[in-house]
Amino acid sequence: MKHSKHLVIKNLCFSRNERLLFDNLCFEFERGKITAILGPSGIGKTTLLKLIGGQLPVDSGEIIFNGNAIHNCSDKELYDARKKMGMLFQSGALFNELSVFENVAFPLREHCKLDESLLSILVLMKLEAVGLRGAKDLKPIELSGGMARRVALARAIALDPEMILYDEPFTGQDPISMNVLLNLVKQLNQTLGLTSIIVSHDVNEVLSIADNVYVLAEQKIIAEGPAHSILQQTDNSLLQQFLLGRNEGPVPFHFQCDDFF
Amino acid sequence: MISANVRFVGRFSLEFAQTVGRCCLMFWRTVWGKPHDKLFPLFIEQIFQLGILSLPIILTSGLFIGMVLSLQGYYVLVDYAAEESLGSMVALSLLRELGPVVGALLFAGRAGSALTAEIGLMQSTEQLASMEMMAVSPLKRVIAPRFFAGIVTLPMLTLFFNVIAIWGGYLIGVSWKGVDGGAYWSVMQGSVEYMPDVFNGVIKSVVFAVLITWVALYNGYYVVPNAQGISKSTTQTVVVSSLLVLGMDFILTVFMFGT
Ligand SMILES: Nc1ncnc2c1ncn2[C@@H]1O[C@H](COP(=O)(O)OP(=O)(O)OP(=O)(O)O)[C@@H](O)[C@H]1O
Ligand SMILES: [Mg+2]
Repeated sequence: MKHSKHLVIKNLCFSRNERLLFDNLCFEFERGKITAILGPSGIGKTTLLKLIGGQLPVDSGEIIFNGNAIHNCSDKELYDARKKMGMLFQSGALFNELSVFENVAFPLREHCKLDESLLSILVLMKLEAVGLRGAKDLKPIELSGGMARRVALARAIALDPEMILYDEPFTGQDPISMNVLLNLVKQLNQTLGLTSIIVSHDVNEVLSIADNVYVLAEQKIIAEGPAHSILQQTDNSLLQQFLLGRNEGPVPFHFQCDDFF
Repeated sequence: MISANVRFVGRFSLEFAQTVGRCCLMFWRTVWGKPHDKLFPLFIEQIFQLGILSLPIILTSGLFIGMVLSLQGYYVLVDYAAEESLGSMVALSLLRELGPVVGALLFAGRAGSALTAEIGLMQSTEQLASMEMMAVSPLKRVIAPRFFAGIVTLPMLTLFFNVIAIWGGYLIGVSWKGVDGGAYWSVMQGSVEYMPDVFNGVIKSVVFAVLITWVALYNGYYVVPNAQGISKSTTQTVVVSSLLVLGMDFILTVFMFGT
């Protein structure tokens, strides 16, 4: 059964160490669309992705993936749901002791019984897509930060998931590989009908490929809607400050604290 | 003042209860349910990592401990002209106490600390989290094979330790100090019994293996994700598991040899 809303989050509340991160947020992620989540650093974007992946328990609210609640399901159901999700970690999170090839092959070896030649073709295809087929025998320690993230992307799409969560895929990329990645994300989305959720700071790049956008600040969603309409909400001072990158304004640049003087 | 003490005791007991609870829950989730498909090859690999790589330190220490034990024993026994019993003294102290305990302490230092550091680094670089997101349970894929390998390895290492230590005792007692070789072996044969001595020693080392491996894995899994956290967890593994081994050894000895 296919729901047109691939992932729905209702009335999500979450706090960490008694600091409220999300206050009653609702999201809807449509199947086959690219949804961007923007927001200042430390607002809890990574945390949101971890909640979606079921790695952290919600305080209250519902997370519904493909029509199944995943915030309070059994381990088995959660693992079945995760097989259909790919996640690109902010840090890459590659396995240090395995080569690039083995890293990408890992999810395939775990979940599919493929013979070695087929597996090798699949892995090399994924590596080719991120432009790193030549690096297949390197160890993660021998990669640059940007390369490591591209390998992590290849690993995240190895199982051909239905939905993929990108945590800041574009940081640390030069303009060329940034473009390649943008195209890749778009391509994956169009050819495979992948639902993509992108968390990022690179406002313009992300807005150029996203269908829908949510902007988070101060525990709330301050703006949502189709990408092209976001830039036109000039009456929203919080949003304008974030999009234009001004340091004075309603969004605090400093982590909450007492006054210095 | 009093209230501060009470609060300290309260907090300490709560933390203790929490740790024990987490520990049991993690244990349950590791061993219960369908094991990982490749459990056996992963297990064998860990036998190599934990067992074969610990052999050099176990064998060297065993040799020297056997030699020292035999030398000290000889000096005491020779005063009573009882140096013929050297074999029995060496074998009994090794099989009952020194083998399992010293073997376990060395294992905690060599393999336990390595396990904690390895798992701790995987945890703090989010490798375990990313494994979870690929729908692979890190408890089944990473923790379980190491746990089972630890349980199997330490008793085997202890046996090797005992064998080489008894041989070390022979070298000193017989080859150097001139105790009669036939007496060394036959007195040993006469006094060592299979069930109470050899078997109880093996039981001890199985219990120690469970303690050490689990403490090491737990500390790695619940590491504070930074460099200092990893070093703290590693130290804690060695300290806690060594103390547990010594405490447990006393309890087991009371039950095994008390009557
Ligand atoms: N393990 C943790 N324990 C306690 N608090 C945490 C933990 N991880 C993150 N936090 C807090 O949660 C908040 C949100 O963190 P998160 O990593 O989700 O931010 P982010 O929006 O992804 O930021 P960035 O854009 O810099 O990656 C931060 O303010 C941080 O202080
Ligand atoms: Mg983040």
